Amino acid sequence: MNKRMVLHIIGQIVALEAALLALPLIISLIYGDGDAVCFLVTVAVALAAGGALIFFSRPKSRRIYAREGFVTVAGAWILLSAIGALPFVISGQIPSYIDAFFETVSGFTTTGASILRDVGALTHGIAFWRSFTHWSGGMGVLVLVMAIAPGADGNFIHVMRAEVPGPSVGKLVPRVRETAKILYLIYIAMTALEILLLLAGGMPLFDSVVHAFGTAGTGGFGIRPDSIAGYNAYLQWVITAFMMLFGVNFNLYYFLLTKRAGTALKSRELWVYFGIFFVSAGVITASIFPTYGSLGEAARAASFQTASIMSTTGFTTADYSLWSGTAKSILLLLMFIGACAGSTAGGIKVSRVILLFKNIRAELRKMLHPRSVTTVRFEGKSVSERMLDGVKVYLAVYILIFLIGFFILSLDRFDFETNFSAVASCFNNIGPAFGAAGPAHNYADFSVLSKLTLSACMLLGRLEIYPLLLALTPATWTRK
Amino acid sequence: MKIIIVGCGKTGKAVLSSMAQEGHDIVAVDPSPEVIDEVTNRWDVMGVCGSGADCDVLTEAQAGEADMIVCATRSDEVNMLACFFAGRMGTKHTVCRVRDLEYTEHSLGFLKRELGLSMTINPERMAAQELFNILKTPSAAKIETFARDNLELVEIPLREGSELAGRKLSELTAIYKTKVLVCAVRRGQEVVIPDGSFVLQSGDRIAITAVPAEIGRFLRKVGVVQKRAHDVMIVGGGQMAYYLAKRLLASGSSVKIIEKNENGAKDLCDALPAAVVIHGDGARRETLMEEGLEKQDALVAMGGIDEENILVSILAAGLGVPKVITKINRSYMADVADRLGLESVVTPQNIVSDALVQYARALQNSMGSNVETLYKVMDGKAEALEFNVRENPRVTGVPLKEMKLKSNILLAAIIRDRRTIIPGGDDVILPGDKVVVISAGNRLQDLADIVG
Repeated sequence: MNKRMVLHIIGQIVALEAALLALPLIISLIYGDGDAVCFLVTVAVALAAGGALIFFSRPKSRRIYAREGFVTVAGAWILLSAIGALPFVISGQIPSYIDAFFETVSGFTTTGASILRDVGALTHGIAFWRSFTHWSGGMGVLVLVMAIAPGADGNFIHVMRAEVPGPSVGKLVPRVRETAKILYLIYIAMTALEILLLLAGGMPLFDSVVHAFGTAGTGGFGIRPDSIAGYNAYLQWVITAFMMLFGVNFNLYYFLLTKRAGTALKSRELWVYFGIFFVSAGVITASIFPTYGSLGEAARAASFQTASIMSTTGFTTADYSLWSGTAKSILLLLMFIGACAGSTAGGIKVSRVILLFKNIRAELRKMLHPRSVTTVRFEGKSVSERMLDGVKVYLAVYILIFLIGFFILSLDRFDFETNFSAVASCFNNIGPAFGAAGPAHNYADFSVLSKLTLSACMLLGRLEIYPLLLALTPATWTRK
Repeated sequence: MKIIIVGCGKTGKAVLSSMAQEGHDIVAVDPSPEVIDEVTNRWDVMGVCGSGADCDVLTEAQAGEADMIVCATRSDEVNMLACFFAGRMGTKHTVCRVRDLEYTEHSLGFLKRELGLSMTINPERMAAQELFNILKTPSAAKIETFARDNLELVEIPLREGSELAGRKLSELTAIYKTKVLVCAVRRGQEVVIPDGSFVLQSGDRIAITAVPAEIGRFLRKVGVVQKRAHDVMIVGGGQMAYYLAKRLLASGSSVKIIEKNENGAKDLCDALPAAVVIHGDGARRETLMEEGLEKQDALVAMGGIDEENILVSILAAGLGVPKVITKINRSYMADVADRLGLESVVTPQNIVSDALVQYARALQNSMGSNVETLYKVMDGKAEALEFNVRENPRVTGVPLKEMKLKSNILLAAIIRDRRTIIPGGDDVILPGDKVVVISAGNRLQDLADIVG
């Protein structure tokens, strides 16, 4: 394995984090809350660490393969979170490092699970940084490095593949670097559009920016204790729409931009994604209508919550823990499905779910007609055996890790519903769960072990399991 | 430039690799997902899975905006169809591999015109031409010609005890009284453009340029035998062997071809009545000895299996056959052959990719002094380029001694009105000249690129 090159890339990423930290530093200087020092110290730490890695690694060859890609992504995300947690600790707003680490991992993985009892008490700089981790983690920090770092060549497709969610990663244009740039430009443009629409609805500038970051990354950190509930109906609808839009495969936006709307609209995943959304939102509306009394309000709350959970964002406008059993179980199912591949969202991904169902259908047909030849077709193309196997194995590993996480959490003192939903929520990068981890509560009371387990779940969920799993496999590190 | 490459076999990959190095934006098309996976992992290119003759696939590869399409699938017909479709969709230049013997010069001209092909390539024929050139000057490991044979570039390995070992380059003209220029030297894995104080060693591989007559005289003086190969044995009777044998027979050589496959041997015998065709396994020592390998002037090992070609070549070299040429398909095997001491190694797909690189560079630079011919020399570590000079105040009309050339660039010759000038400090380049430049490690697109 080309360890030097891995360290070199991680160094570049940490150096980039220093640049990212400059933004909250500016914000805190503007607002003068007195938390600028903590950012200065962190920038210095990140620069020193990144500089040392870049300077001392001196790669002999720039050639990297799939294994270097996985290890780089795993290492970079852990180090990013470890350094990103420093401002919270230094400023004293989250005194415990474990808590701060949890909060940062939750930020970068766009989960939005918080250990803060009072979000409103945060200073502007810290609140901005917290949401900004969502934004940079959403599209992928390594993808950003690829878009701007010099010397990013064809090898970096391995890094991109390890970081971008979905069963297969294609390029939009021949070069990795251009592809990364296009993705980020679309991302930035959509975020800007959301900020404008929120401002138009009367949301203050700071709130608009922070919430747009939370939506874009499908993260869900808010700055008010009641999340989005306190804003007017228009703003809630805007956020609902954008949560869904950021859950769409970004390649489709590129097709729209290059006037290939036909190709974009042919996407089966897109239709299924919106289909699931409308059906779920409809059923939930009907189910909670009696408690709300007004159809408009019920529909707004149901749509918002469905979009929030399905796109794995995690903003809330209502305490859905108090909703009917039907509504809650639909939301729990949606947690697992997640949004489209190639978006900023988490979960198993709609395309994998479609493939699984098609696979089941093909298998059933094979049982009825043992000699029949079956192929699985998706998005107008026949899917290779290898990819189907990949999806099936992914699901198996996914369930296994989910169960392990669930068992470790059950050592803590909470009830079954809380444990189960907390793991589901963190693993799928949503944020709020049910029970004692529901919208009205937070993750502060979990034990250190539980918090570390949930942090691991969030990272595993965001990076789609394999990078971390492979980084921990001894075979990755041996010379053979 | 945006380039689509259809068919990622041997030739496709060789073209893809050199085009990627050139910095073009490439879309690779191949029906096999495994091949697409491999290609996208190795190079920074976009992959599209499907047949090149499928319009949807070409649309996905954005043929409408492409500058060039290179079709190199197994089937000539698919290649032609893909080129035709792409051309109609808006691809500016279409390059098609056509190698079936059915398409004769005449019908090819018709097809080219009717289908609007910019260029057809036949790797076998191109490689055969290169092999023929080498056999004409057997002491050269490789030979390239510029400006309608007004200048030749010859690569020669300096064997143990060579006349030239220990000589300083600045002494050469005085000692041998010939005007040749040593323009590149490979020592180990390094290729350098040497200056006058450079001292040659045995084991070096040198590239020299001069007018063809001077090269012959020089090679004789330094004691390298210089006799045209008369009796040539070819092991492996593929299409390339056919082209080569045809040219050799036409120039009066005697040719013996050894082919394993009986039907293949019969076909060759039909097509080339003047050649001696042997049905037998050319990889077997006895067969070769029986057919009098030791008495041949040259052996060309061009069977389908690289390993066999290498072994046959080593055997022939050991028996003292004056000239041994080895055809290698996989580029890493060429490296192996080189390490084993085989001097003349020919890789057909590299000849194709060099030709296309030259074509693409000329397209990119239709305004300035564009590239007329381009050869990769010294295993692709250096390039020899011929430019058509157009007016440019940076290079034309300036005495060479006042020009600040970039490092590792050498002006090998100026060809003016069919006269070759080995340039000195007072010479100037004029519009209308052809100029040959040797470069190691620089990508030259315009003649003006040589000045720093």
